[in-house]
Parts: sequence; C-alpha cells; structure tokens
Amino acid sequence: MDPGLRRDDNGVAAGRAIAMIYVIEQVLNGAQFGVMLFLMAAGLTLIFGIMNVINLAHGSLYMVGAYVAAAVFGATGSFLIGLAAALAAAIVVGIALEVTLFRTLYARDHLDQVLATFGLILFFNEIVRILFGATALYMRVPDFLNGRVEILPGAPYPTYRLAIIAVGLAVALLLYLLIARTRIGMLIRAGASNRVMLGALGVNVTLLYTAVFALGAALAALAGVMAGPIFTVESGMGESVLISAFVVIVIGGIGSIRGAFVAALLVGIVDATGRAYLRPLLALFTSRAAADSAGPALASMLIYILMAAVLFVRPQGLFPPRGR
Amino acid sequence: MVEPLLATSGLTKRFGGLVAANDVALGVEPGEIHAVIGPNGAGKTTLIAALAGELRPDAGTIRFAGTDISRLGPARRAALGIARSFQITSIFREFTALDNVALAVQAHAGHSFRFWRPAQGDARLREPARAALAEIGLADRADMPAAALSHGEKRALELAMVLATRPRLLLLDEPTAGMGPADSADIVRLLAGLKGRLAIVLVEHDMDAVFALADRVTVMVYGRIIATGLPEAIRADAQVRRAYLGEEDS
Amino acid sequence: MRAIDARGIAALVCLTALALVPVIAAAADAPFYVGLFARVMIFAIAALSLDLILGYGGLVSFGHAAYLGIGAYAVAILSFHGVTNGFVHFAAALAAAAVAALVIGIVSLRTSGVYFIMITLAFGQMVYYLGISLNQYGGDDGLSIGRPSDFGGLVDLADPTILYYFVLACLALFLCLGGRAVRSRFGVLLQGVRSNERRMVALGFPVFRYKLAAFVIAGAVCGVAGALFANLTLFVSPGIMHWTRSGEIMMMVILGGIGTLLGPVLGAAVYLLLESVLSRWSEHWQAILGPLLIIVVLFSKSGLMGLIRAPRPPHG
Repeated sequence: MDPGLRRDDNGVAAGRAIAMIYVIEQVLNGAQFGVMLFLMAAGLTLIFGIMNVINLAHGSLYMVGAYVAAAVFGATGSFLIGLAAALAAAIVVGIALEVTLFRTLYARDHLDQVLATFGLILFFNEIVRILFGATALYMRVPDFLNGRVEILPGAPYPTYRLAIIAVGLAVALLLYLLIARTRIGMLIRAGASNRVMLGALGVNVTLLYTAVFALGAALAALAGVMAGPIFTVESGMGESVLISAFVVIVIGGIGSIRGAFVAALLVGIVDATGRAYLRPLLALFTSRAAADSAGPALASMLIYILMAAVLFVRPQGLFPPRGR
Repeated sequence: MVEPLLATSGLTKRFGGLVAANDVALGVEPGEIHAVIGPNGAGKTTLIAALAGELRPDAGTIRFAGTDISRLGPARRAALGIARSFQITSIFREFTALDNVALAVQAHAGHSFRFWRPAQGDARLREPARAALAEIGLADRADMPAAALSHGEKRALELAMVLATRPRLLLLDEPTAGMGPADSADIVRLLAGLKGRLAIVLVEHDMDAVFALADRVTVMVYGRIIATGLPEAIRADAQVRRAYLGEEDS
Repeated sequence: MRAIDARGIAALVCLTALALVPVIAAAADAPFYVGLFARVMIFAIAALSLDLILGYGGLVSFGHAAYLGIGAYAVAILSFHGVTNGFVHFAAALAAAAVAALVIGIVSLRTSGVYFIMITLAFGQMVYYLGISLNQYGGDDGLSIGRPSDFGGLVDLADPTILYYFVLACLALFLCLGGRAVRSRFGVLLQGVRSNERRMVALGFPVFRYKLAAFVIAGAVCGVAGALFANLTLFVSPGIMHWTRSGEIMMMVILGGIGTLLGPVLGAAVYLLLESVLSRWSEHWQAILGPLLIIVVLFSKSGLMGLIRAPRPPHG
C-alpha cells in the first residue's frame, strides 16, 4: 500500500472532522444568538399578550441593561454585581415607564403606541450618549467564564458563549414553569387581555400589568448584559435585536412563549449557518465572484425570507394564539 | 324537486372541545323568512358566520343558488348575493348615513379601481343610496354622521346598507337586539314588507317578532337542529317547549 | 364643504410660500434654505405617500423608508453603470419601488394589526441590510452620483434653483393627484377599510387587492421621492433606509395631521425645521425631540391640520 495515499486519507478524514466541528460551532453560535432573541421576544410577547401593547422601546431596556452592567462591572470589577445592578436598573426604568406612559397607552391604538415608544427610543439613545459619551463602552468577559471548553475532542468553544446558552435555556424553563404552574401563568394561557375579565376574576389588574412589564424589562436587560462582552455597548444597540425579535414573534405566533422559543432558536441557527455557508454553497452553482456578492446579501436577508415563507403557509405563525 | 336557494348538509364547526355547529342541515326556500331560534350558546351566530363565509366549517357543504360555495370567502359570497347584518351594529361611524349606503351600492357597482371622479358626485351611487335610505325611513338623516344616530337608527342604517346591495339572501343576526319596543316594531314592520322579495335567515330572541315574521322556524340546541317546521308546529312541539320555549318565559 | 374650501386655500398658500423660498433665500443671501426646503418637499412627498395607506387606509406600515432608499439607489446604480437619462432614472425608481412594495405587500397584507406593523418593520430592515451588503455599490459607505438625472436640456437639475422647482412641481402634482384619488371611489373604499374592514368584506368588496394597490401606489410615489432625494444629495447610503427614517416619516404624518393631504407637507416642514433648529442648539437635540413627539402623540390627535379645520357641524 502506498503510504502517501494513506496520509491523504487521513487528511480527508481530518478535513471532514474540522468541517463537522465548524458546523457544530455555527449551530452553537446560532443557539447563542437564538436564546438572546428569545429573552427579548418572550418579554415582548408577554407584554403584548396581556396588555395588548406594542413596545418598540423594549430594545432600550436591553441597552440600559448593557450600559449599566458595563459601567458597574468596570467600576467594581464584579460581573455579578454589574448583572444585579443592570437587572435592578431595568426593572426600575421599566416600572417608571409603565406607570408614567404605558398606562395611558394601553387604551390607545397600535399607531399611537408605535409612535410614542419611537419617541422613547430617540430619548434613551440620546440619554446614554449624554451619560456615557458617544463612543462605545468596552465590556470584558468575566474571569470565571473566560476561556474555552472542549465540546468535542479538539473542538474548543468559548465558555462565555456556552454560559449564555445555558442561562437562556434556564430562563426558558423558568418561564415555562411560571406559565404552566402559576396563577399568572393561567391568566396568560387564557389569553386574558381583557381588563374587565381579569377584574372579574379578582385580579389586581394594575399590579399585574406593572409586574409583567417589569418582568419583560428584566428579561431584556438580561439579554443586554449577556450581549455586552460579545457585541459593542453603544447607543441604539437594542434596535436590530428588537427587529429580529419581532421576526421571532411573527414566526412563533404572537403571545406564545413556546412559539417564541422555537422560533428564536430557528432564527438564530438559520442566521448563523446562513452567514457561514451561503457563500460557499452559492459558489458551487455560480461563479465565485457572483457568490461573493450575492452570498452575504442573501445571508443578511435570510431570516426575513424565512419569516415571509412561514407567513405564506401560516399567516398566524407556527403557534397561533388560541381562540382567535 | 326544485333545489332550495340555500342548503347546507353536514355542516360542523368545532372550537376546541366545543361543537358549535353539529351536522347542521338547513334549507332556505327563495322568498321565505326562515327563523333560527335557540338558547344562548346554541350556535346560531356560528351558523350565520359559516353561511356568510367568515368561519370555515370543519366539515359539510353549503350550496347557494345551485352552486357549491363552501370554499368561497365572505366577499365572494356577498358578491353572489348573500348579505348580512351583525349582532353588534357594523357601520362606518365616521361616514354620513348617505355615504354609508353609497359605499354599499359601490360594492356592487363594478370594480373600484376608479381614481379620478369624486364618488360623492356620482349619481349612480348616490341615487340608489338615497332611495334605500328613504325606504328605511332615514331620509332626513342622510347627512348626519353615522356615529351621531340613535341606536335604533344605526340598526336601521345597517339594514339599509345591506338592502342596497340587492341581496338574494339576507342573514340577520338579532336585528332588534338592544332596541326599545317602538324601534323593534318598526324593524318588524320593515322586514314584513320585504317578505317574498328575498329570502331571510333570521336569528332572533324576540319570540313575538319570530312568530310574526317567520314562514318556517328552525330550533337549535347545543349546535344541533332539533326541529324545523311551520311556526304553529314549532310552538306545539313538546321537545322544543322543553328544550327552549319553557325557559323563555322567565 | 367649508372644510374642503379652507384646505384648498391652505394648500395654495403653502405651495405659493414654497415657490417664494428661492427668491427670499436669494434676497437674504441664504442659499442654505433652498436645499433645506427642497429636502422638506421631498420628505413631504414621502410622507404624503405614506399617509395614503396610513391615514386613509389605516395600514400602519413601518417600513416606508425602504421605498425611499430603493428609489434613490435606482438612480445611483444606473448612474454608476453610466445610464444618465433622467426619464430612465425616474421610471426605474418608480418601477423598482412598486415591485418591492408589491412583493412586501403580498406577504404583509395577509396579516393585520400588530403583525402588520412588525412585518413591515422587518422587511424595511431587510432592505436596509441588503443595501449594506451591496459591496460593489459601496456597501455601508454608500455611493456617490456623478451627475444629476439628465433630461436632455429640458430641465437642468444641476442648478439648485431648477432642481428646487422641479421638486415643487412634483409635490404639486402628487397633491393634485392625491386630492382626486382620496375623493374617488378608490379613495372612499380605502377610508371604508380604515373605518370597518369587516363590514367592507361583508358588503362584498375584495379588500385585499385594493389594499395591495394602495400599498403599491404609496411605495411607487415614495420611490419617486427617493429619486429626487438622490438628485438633491448626489449620494446614497443605506442610512437613508434605516428604520428610524421610517419612524420619522410616520412622525411627519402625525405632526401635520393624519388622513389629510396637506398635513404631511406641514409635518415634513415642521419636523425638518425643528431638527435644523434643535441640532444647531445642542448636539443632544434628540433628547428633546423624543419627549416632544410623545407629547404630540398623547395630546394632539389631529396634528397641525386640526388648527386649519373648519368648525365642526353641530351634530359632530
């Protein structure tokens, strides 16, 4: 047997192994993006499902979380204190917004809600520029999550990103328990967006609304904190995530946490693998130059095309709200 | 045998575990007023919505004027001549009464891809609309915003709009709902005047109105038809009395 | 009837005032204002086109900046490939925006309410990302346009004053066409959809095709505004399609008066003048603009046009 040939075989096998590891990495990247989208989408869809309000400023709460965490982490050196401060700040800001503005907006039409929360975004984006300056803040990965874990032999993956996936899955589980096992969850499952009905059930509606809003704010801030070391912490950072979260909600079905979870992972993984593989895939069928230009363009549009495709088959999303 | 104007067979609609319409076979002859009565939750409004095309039934067929309309959407059925009123008055609140009816006329006056001539100056829309308003007794309210009309006038306006589409079959979901006795009597008189000109499926809780108007009565309980017949026969039917009419006395 | 007269007069006053801007700017030696008001009129056309579907049709479309960008990019890309003919430029801008609106409309109009808002916003973002990924056309950095659209000596858009009056003529044309359209059968139908779509369907209107037509018309007109914008700035970048731009166009409609024709024009003027004044006063002007917008939304339903509206009849 020719020793050279065997070496080639080994080379092919090694190449396959590397390609396989690369696929796993992309899927994990997608899952990590997906759970962050889920945290955003879950809050949005809860708030919409119960209060029937669309909140564009949800991305601002994500931004508040990231900024506060970056600043407090930088000042104290403790990531966990930064995280706690960020959640507390977002909950305070969320409650303040709910009490001052959203209570008025519940009774308004969606157009008014969109416009008023658009005004809020302009305000928040400028406030963080005033408080923290126009340049992006740097937030490092906390020491205890720094480094890499071998997910497969010879395939190290950043610990921090794995932690994000773990936290996201844990929060998803907690939300599931909240909805499946508690009284608030029962109301959410009933699709109770009716003040009169809730009042008749003996629920303190005002308090429930504030609590749900605060929960949504905390989820958004958690996503923002986790995003801090990966993306840049800058003014307007919450907006592209917000719009991606909208795509998730549309695909999953408005008001459905389960739908948000499935759709968030789907969107995250489709986005990550699309960015990694679309260009080489196109290169198989067209010229390299065409693939180089069309690949990234198509990859950036992929999740929207996915949304359009889902809507065409199921206009109400994958998990449509019951009783409508 | 001549086919009835409207005929359903095996019509079934479920909401989760609840069967709102269960194997419903309803026939409506041309020109007859066919009342559908039954206790709350019997599936009467579901039946109207299924006939109008707003709800897609889980099973069964609907034939209208000899063609299968089971798969047609509500706009297509309306274009074929099935018009409806809603339990909660459905009008264009910001429009004047006349504009409301003119828009109803427009729905059956060819396509609306007309971008140039003002609709408010179009006699082909305004004149039939004025006539319909006059017929219903709202001529002097023509230029009033619909939102400013009284409850009874709004119900009457909706009827005028529906009639202006010149339907062959009218689906009326509790036309006297929420009306005082005087307004209610006006509507009954008006519907009596339509008798013979078009077929009407009338869902109504007011038994006086039902027995004054109906040529035939169908009784629904829990999504099923338990009896169909002439008003006198229904009044005498023991099963109906037990299931429904007995409760109505309270 | 009196309201229509009052608004007709207001429209004439507005257009006359706009026509005088270059004269006054020349007299005051402040050519800056010619550019500013050209910009105002271009956004007025964009806001006007949005108001057709938003104010008259009740369709809360949150991706309107996409059509502005598509119109502008049509001109820039044709210029990039050496096509300078103005008729081709404007036809391409209109057609490209119309096709995009058709595709986006077919998907998004299958839904309604808050779904529709989120989907139009998402598609707007998609077009924005598409612009960024077009590396051969400058990607994130944008694309410069060598010369304005060439109408073969008919009009010379390189001259700022002529460009200004060209934009004014377009605005006047769209105001006039819009004035006819909203009173026509089509316009009345749209307002019926806004008022009570379920009733429209029950009356027998196949509403989808009419909503789609309105959506495409609005997109096409906004595409023309984009072509004008490209001629004004001689530069396009994905920034023109950013989702906040869609929000701004919507704000212009609300500020001026939703469901009116002149309202979006006034709204565009107020918004851009406010931006111009506030931004000279402080770099953090958006911290003031944001709350200002919230106050307008919460406390003024009818915008500036509410001030010009004739007294309501006693029954109203």
